Amino acid sequence: MKRNPLFLSSVSFSLLILLWAIITYFGDFSEQIFPNPFLVLASGVELFNDGTLLKHVVASLYRVTIGFYLAVILGIPLGIVLGRKYLVRQLINPIIQFLRPISPLAWIPLAMLWFGIGDQPAIFLIFLSSFFPLVVATTMAVNRINPVYFHVAANFNFSQQEVIKKIIIPAILPEVLTALRLTIAIAWLVVVAAEMIAVQSGLGYLILDARNALRMDIVMVGMIVIGMIGVLLDLIMLRLAKNDAIGWNKAS
Amino acid sequence: MGHILIQDLAKRYQNRRQHSRKNDIHAHEKIITVLEDVNLEFQDGEMVCILGPSGCGKSSLLRIIAGFDRATSGKILIDGQPILKPSSDYIFVFQHNGLLPWMTVWQNVELGLRHLDNEAEKEETIQEYISMVELDGFESYYPHQLSGGMQRRAELARAIVVNPELLIMDEPFSGLDFLTHLKMREEVVNMHQFINKTIVIVTHDIDDALVMADRVVVMGNASTKNILLNRKLAFGHPRNIEKIEGLRELRDELYLMLGVNYAV
Repeated sequence: MKRNPLFLSSVSFSLLILLWAIITYFGDFSEQIFPNPFLVLASGVELFNDGTLLKHVVASLYRVTIGFYLAVILGIPLGIVLGRKYLVRQLINPIIQFLRPISPLAWIPLAMLWFGIGDQPAIFLIFLSSFFPLVVATTMAVNRINPVYFHVAANFNFSQQEVIKKIIIPAILPEVLTALRLTIAIAWLVVVAAEMIAVQSGLGYLILDARNALRMDIVMVGMIVIGMIGVLLDLIMLRLAKNDAIGWNKAS
Repeated sequence: MGHILIQDLAKRYQNRRQHSRKNDIHAHEKIITVLEDVNLEFQDGEMVCILGPSGCGKSSLLRIIAGFDRATSGKILIDGQPILKPSSDYIFVFQHNGLLPWMTVWQNVELGLRHLDNEAEKEETIQEYISMVELDGFESYYPHQLSGGMQRRAELARAIVVNPELLIMDEPFSGLDFLTHLKMREEVVNMHQFINKTIVIVTHDIDDALVMADRVVVMGNASTKNILLNRKLAFGHPRNIEKIEGLRELRDELYLMLGVNYAV
């Protein structure tokens, strides 16, 4: 018997909340340390009603959108060039491989010095977190294109532009969409961390601010909202990956 | 037209991996000769079948004819013109996966006609060729939705719709089941009689060559002798190997030449 997956996940979430309620009810925790679900819900409703929550959510999403967008429009073309041009790849790839394992968080001091306080350092960190995975994924996808397709292109006198538009982009699209999905999750992880340092808004700031006020209920509201938006972003990207443009791909 | 003249063609590769082994003093001399001293002439409109064992360089020869690869020395002239780069005058039909998988049958066939301005004429031509390979109704299918035989036929339509001087086919029937293989072979023969262009086919299958070819070329290893046989077959179509004395004798000869004794 196959149950509705939505039903099953609501069951598991109900159980999780129930467990949480039981632990906080029977356990000897102060509300400052481990608030119960009802208190968290009440705080959530309050934050939602006075517009604070929406303000922070919008601030975080704005930074993620800009940083991610920059990474896409710079990273994918660079990946295509690296995938196609052997010499450029030999030249640039070592640098990318060197910078890639450095956590974006390690860039925080420099980001703050270079960009000051405000949106820019956060956007810069999100850009860094998304840029390298996208470049690497695109390069690999381009590298994996069956050389037969380039022969076909040459055989039918494709121009350089046509090769990019009709061969490279459709060929790498399935892999790039997967990479986008993985990357936006990383970006969403990083934005919270970035907001704990350089700015006065966003979900990361909300959590930090609540911690300073010892309001763990608000910290948990922040965490829950982050989780929900993360799931939502993933669903959107998953939806995008089921695009008609890659309907040709058996694997998808 | 489609007259092909291959003169003193040679292709050598430097074995890079050997080259980098510095302690091996002979490493720098490691050169692999794939083609050596190849001289062939194909007449306009001939169906040429090239037979040969794996690694005899027949695929390399095809790639050079198509302009995908350069010869180390010698030259190939098509109607007196040297081949410098790939062109839609010489269409290569690939072993498999030659269709662009993100394009429908229609879009694939359209590739060679995409610069035509007259929309109506273009559509009519595409439809005509799709019908010719009996893919009516499959225009909007993607390659992976088609059977292997249908994919080959779609690629064939894409190749001949541009009216090329020369068709180059690299083992066009490999991977097809037995009956589809025979049917495809028949279709290629019919198509050849219809378009009357030069076709060069590489195949492993001796029967393919006997049934289809106006000229059979047998290639051997470059280290010994590259061209073992180059013979014109003046038989009409359709052919039944069993019923034609000359073909049966040639079949025995080809088997022996390719090192198979028990079949004779």
